[in-house]
Amino acid sequence: MKFSFFRMLAFAALVILPASFASAQNFRPVLLYDIGGKFDKSFNEAAFRGAEQFARETGIEFRDFEPNSETQYEQALKRFARRRADLIVAVGVGYSVAVRNVAEQFPNVKFTVIDAVIDLPNVQSVTFKENEGSFLVGMIAGLASESGKIGFIGGMDIPLIRRFQVGYEQGANYVRGDLEFIENYVGTTPSAWNDPIKAAEMAKSQYARGVDIIFSAAGPSGLGVINAAKDNGALAIGVDSNQNHVQPGFVLTSMLKRVDLAVQQAMLSAHGGTWAPGHQVLGLPEGGVDYAMDEHNAALISEEMRTQIEAARAKIVSGEIVVADVDGGNDGH
Amino acid sequence: MSASAKKLPGAVEAIAMPFLNTLIAFLLSGLLIWALGEDPFYALSLLFDGAFGYQEGIGYTFYYATNFIFTGLAVSVAYHAGHFNIGGEGQAMLGGLGLTLAVFWLGDTAPVLSVIIAILGAALFGGAWAFIPAWLQATRGSHIVITTIMFNFIASALLAYLLVGPLQRPGGQMPESSDFPEGAGLMKFDELMSVLGFSFEQSPLNVSFLIALLMALAVWFLLTRTRFGYEMRVAGKNQNAAAFAGVSVPRVTIIALMMSGALAGMMGLNELLGEQLRLIGNFTLGYGFVGIAVAFMGRNHPLGIVLAAILFGVLYQGGAEIAFEITTISSDMIVVVQGLVIIFAGAMPHLMRKPVTAAYARLIGKGAA
Repeated sequence: MKFSFFRMLAFAALVILPASFASAQNFRPVLLYDIGGKFDKSFNEAAFRGAEQFARETGIEFRDFEPNSETQYEQALKRFARRRADLIVAVGVGYSVAVRNVAEQFPNVKFTVIDAVIDLPNVQSVTFKENEGSFLVGMIAGLASESGKIGFIGGMDIPLIRRFQVGYEQGANYVRGDLEFIENYVGTTPSAWNDPIKAAEMAKSQYARGVDIIFSAAGPSGLGVINAAKDNGALAIGVDSNQNHVQPGFVLTSMLKRVDLAVQQAMLSAHGGTWAPGHQVLGLPEGGVDYAMDEHNAALISEEMRTQIEAARAKIVSGEIVVADVDGGNDGH
Repeated sequence: MSASAKKLPGAVEAIAMPFLNTLIAFLLSGLLIWALGEDPFYALSLLFDGAFGYQEGIGYTFYYATNFIFTGLAVSVAYHAGHFNIGGEGQAMLGGLGLTLAVFWLGDTAPVLSVIIAILGAALFGGAWAFIPAWLQATRGSHIVITTIMFNFIASALLAYLLVGPLQRPGGQMPESSDFPEGAGLMKFDELMSVLGFSFEQSPLNVSFLIALLMALAVWFLLTRTRFGYEMRVAGKNQNAAAFAGVSVPRVTIIALMMSGALAGMMGLNELLGEQLRLIGNFTLGYGFVGIAVAFMGRNHPLGIVLAAILFGVLYQGGAEIAFEITTISSDMIVVVQGLVIIFAGAMPHLMRKPVTAAYARLIGKGAA
């Protein structure tokens, strides 16, 4: 008896509630985050801010979704593609295969994927020259280090994160010849992005070995590094978003990766009809990467240091300095 | 009256009690959603609409349920033999590895054969991964709970090593293998339906759901209709009595746990061979642990496990629907709702026994009077 009542309830729900989520709005952009979540104070949050900026400028609302596992990437993409989203922006290298599969299945939906390159007629790929931005923060670390030892903590050990590391080391070596580097990676699986405790342990051990500045490229795990910097009275360098405010006075600077600009641009261009597929590379000349200066770190970076950094920036933009990527080239992916 | 009324008839016991417990869990979840400032009835309607409202949603519901049938049966087979296998996670990972190796080995030359070998490979690798803890339990008395959970970590590390090393997709950054060769995959449900002349929306649901049902039937047959199943149950109830009756307890332990591991290993059929068509580092996503809740909620009966698995499928798929539609309810909130269902329906199955027994007795009493 009870069981059939339960089934009737389900049946009623099925009949009464047909999917009717169509909104009056004409342009429907969707933003999908990577593992780590929307408010990670880093990569995903930058994407969120970009979409918010778009919403403020145009008054158009956007939908977003935080998958809690890699298998949800494809489900989320398919779901929004089927509900006729106009543009789906997926941020993170983890989306590469999922976007490829879904974009093939839905040739009429536009996809923008950040940090991965997919060659399909309805996919726009945006990658960054993280090595160039890391070069600048490497210079800052090299100039500011007193102990002559600087550290690097990466999230998941993949070529993308190695790119931060090589740029950082080149920048530091550019200003000083006698530096010692210590580097660690949190892990080899996507859970490495979400392990601030392990990252903090690694940072503490690096500080104990005489390192005085650590650059972390580890998404939410990097927050552990910044907290360890405060606990040890040392310095950290943030990543992706401006993280100077997270522990003011203990964050030397942040390597900005303008995911926000990329997301905002993708949405604006799709709205304005100028969106085009293909591969965009955002480096220092395009304003895609930079270092962060604000009231929280103004006391940590002298005018003299800034002059040197700006001089190097001009040389990178003009092509006089070429910051090598992991494979030695500098093509941005 | 006192003796007979204390005992509930089977139908009430098996259907009404879990239903009531689930209802309580839903009520509490509704209160939570209400406290968050959202309409609980809207959320409930989204849950049902997401799970059953359209064909793709139904597909996803049964797709998730397939995973839970495999892992739930795995837990239950071990439980009947008196053991608590919480290594379903690791056994599923190894099963996934086994099927991947089979597919890469034969997929290019003989896709159909490779799928058959892959199904066997998944069961074989899962069973083999359970063998070591089973052997340690049977001969050394090392507690199976400790060894199987430790084997989960070893499996996860092994898979991570292989997927950032020899098995990694060339040029890829994530811990995942190359795509399986063309044709080396299980038939999707929509394809099957179109062969039969019906139309069904595309969804990840594939024939491994039928394999799972077949396995449930096989487990039922094994437990209730075979001599070995009887030996298993006796050993599970009382090892000394079983040994006295001539049952080789170590043999039963090892075989039962290997069957359990094989069932867990077959979860990869659904996730990898059915949908992802590549090996992904942590494709098991805790389904091995959910299997424990499913097995207990299903009272360790194959039919109960299938029903409990479908309920969890509803929660996973309908829960995702809520997270998609109501932005203030995050995916963490869905985990809370699932947790409530596990607590009430899985961990406290006897919560409502007294009131239900009393109500039933009154009903019977009135009927007699």
